Amino acid sequence: MIPASWFLILAAVLFALGLAAFFLKQDLISMVLSVEIMLNAANLAFLAFARSARTLDGQVVVLFIVTVAAAEAAAGAAIVILFFRTKKSVRRDAANIMKG
Amino acid sequence: MEHVLFFVLSATCVASVLGMILSRDQTRGALFLVLAFAALGGIFGLLDAPFVAAVQVLIYAGAIMVLFLFVLMTTDPAEGREQEKGRWLGIPAVLLSLVLLAELLLALRSVAGGASGLAAGSTDRLGGLLLGKYLYAFEIASILIVAALTGAMALAGRKGGR
Repeated sequence: MIPASWFLILAAVLFALGLAAFFLKQDLISMVLSVEIMLNAANLAFLAFARSARTLDGQVVVLFIVTVAAAEAAAGAAIVILFFRTKKSVRRDAANIMKG
Repeated sequence: MEHVLFFVLSATCVASVLGMILSRDQTRGALFLVLAFAALGGIFGLLDAPFVAAVQVLIYAGAIMVLFLFVLMTTDPAEGREQEKGRWLGIPAVLLSLVLLAELLLALRSVAGGASGLAAGSTDRLGGLLLGKYLYAFEIASILIVAALTGAMALAGRKGGR
């Protein structure tokens, strides 16, 4: 039996790495992918807590998170394609319409 | 055995996320994430969540990452791409195969032990929860998926850009 704290440490590390990737990557697709990493870290934390609480509710929540992530991926992909069509680039520097 | 699997899988996961951060090539980054999510699926299996582990591998490592790879192929591939090295690509490939092997062994262990009752029972109860206690959330999630897909088609399917 692996202690739950190990999984929580891994989840924290993954979340921090996802956040770092979100700010370090220069293109929109990698930024959306970084959000997916953070969602997965949250999934891992949910599963670790679900196991230590001995309930299945955490697993149900994870299934919903995966559903929302799929919806987000579809919408995000559409937005990236639209952005590429208007700007001919997916770099985040190109997203400067709203810049004051 | 469990501890060894945990360390191998989590090291693979963290290393491939680091690889995604460090690689200049977006396609390679996405492929690194496939490896990371597959390893995470194995970790979910260690957490007594076999169904969620399967969902993780099928939907995350499979469907979502393939969707992003399609987006990468339709947008400009030349942008930000560095010189093709291709030599050390063998290491992630071997790692991915090893992770898959670990997951298959995990799946086999529960079957071979004859004690698949726990895993099957937990999936059984998971389905009961999903269509019982969480029925409304389930229905709302399906409406959300339909709305997101319709929105995605409306956005990306527009003719002529603007």
